[in-house]
Amino acid sequence: MSEYAIDAKNIYMRFNLSKEKVDNMKEFFIKLVKRQLMFDEFIALYDVSLSVKKGEVLGIVGLNGSGKSTFLKIVSGIYKPSLGTVQVNGSIAPLIELGTGFDMDLTARENIFLNGAILGHSTKEIREKFDEIVKFSELHEFLDVPLKNFSSGMVARLGFAMATITKPDILIVDEILSVGDFLFQEKCERRISEMMNNGTTVIIVSHSIDQIERLCNRVLWLEKGKTRMLGETEEVCKAYKTTTSKF
Amino acid sequence: MNKYVANFRKYKPLLGNLILRDLKVKYRRSILGVLWSVLNPLLMMLVMTSIFSTLFKIDIPNFPVYYLTGSILFSFFSEATSAAMVSVVYSGPLIKKVYIPKYIFPVEKILFSFVNLLFSLVALVFIIVLTSTKVTWSVLLFPIPLLYALCFSLGLGLILSVLAVFFRDILHLYSVLLTAWTYFTPIFYPESIIPEKFRTVLTLNPLYHFINYFRDLVLHGTIPGISENLLCMSISVITLLIGLIVFKMNQDKFVLYV
Repeated sequence: MSEYAIDAKNIYMRFNLSKEKVDNMKEFFIKLVKRQLMFDEFIALYDVSLSVKKGEVLGIVGLNGSGKSTFLKIVSGIYKPSLGTVQVNGSIAPLIELGTGFDMDLTARENIFLNGAILGHSTKEIREKFDEIVKFSELHEFLDVPLKNFSSGMVARLGFAMATITKPDILIVDEILSVGDFLFQEKCERRISEMMNNGTTVIIVSHSIDQIERLCNRVLWLEKGKTRMLGETEEVCKAYKTTTSKF
Repeated sequence: MNKYVANFRKYKPLLGNLILRDLKVKYRRSILGVLWSVLNPLLMMLVMTSIFSTLFKIDIPNFPVYYLTGSILFSFFSEATSAAMVSVVYSGPLIKKVYIPKYIFPVEKILFSFVNLLFSLVALVFIIVLTSTKVTWSVLLFPIPLLYALCFSLGLGLILSVLAVFFRDILHLYSVLLTAWTYFTPIFYPESIIPEKFRTVLTLNPLYHFINYFRDLVLHGTIPGISENLLCMSISVITLLIGLIVFKMNQDKFVLYV
């Protein structure tokens, strides 16, 4: 096993914006000849390299559209980078959006098993953790209620409990700590710090620079898909704050 | 190769869970529930039998069993491939947020339809007993044509699911194609009403071979020969291989297009 949890080298990510609005046949053929049809490209990440050591807590900052979420999705294996390689050692729990893969027609109990399978856990594992999940999400009385009758806070609670219940090697957190009431938020943050203390590698994307300063060892600053800065938390956060405060 | 097997094992519970989910959602809130999978072909058969053997006076001995053997297999095929076709497109929100091997979706839809097919076999057994059709030991080989049809549907379903991601037009086109396909398959009419010169077209239809195989075992009590087996096997295995290759070549692009 290598000492790196994540080793990403020269990542490029190209998107096809598919501006496919073609008004008439003439335009269609012109675009076809010029090979512009559906090939309006957008480069979301441009030569980004990053290695994260095991047990490290890395923050990613940047304005909207700087490629933060794209980078996380590449690390989680959702996107294949257009160029470059990513090597990931260990299991990943992606907290990219809470409640992904829940079926609103099924009950909470059924969803726990379905969602566990989506996250790649075996049925046995989920059965063992079932009580813990229920306890953490505080949904005892609603176990046999279809999810469509849940409030969004309840769904988010179940989602968070599902994503963090097995101890992953790498935890990816994308702007999700803004759900639920403040008590639950505190509970989530406690859970994440607990995992950090147990040696889980964590990547956090957040717009709250305080949160990044509080939690991270190292920070990556992305700007329009390029690495603007990568280094110690203090240094990067200071530079980030001085630049953004100009706006 | 080992990597693929390990990955498949990891996501096997997901396959089972999704099939279970589909079953639950399909029959939720219906009183008869899963019994509908048996009742549906039975009722359809009643309709077809009354129309074709009384109104049109089609001369097929034992029409109920003739019709059911054909229709059960064909509805499995059409249900499975149509569901598999849209499976990747519909799972778009999910595959954009979690990593899941993409083939899970079409494969799950095909297997779900196969489970339904197994339920409708109960209807067939019921009708065989009711009409006191004579069956021989050959009937025990019934899984063979079903497996051929499963492989073929799997292959075609994989290809269609890839096509649907890149050309949505296929969603509209395929339903028309399926209707034509239904009429080009001897399900409720005897093969003999097709003019001699079009018979060769019939032999190009894979479903025709699978259904014939099934009917030979159940209705005629004969076991198809080696050449027929080789033909069915090559059709299904080649389709499956093409499906797997096409799918593998394109699966990484899905997330950018769904």
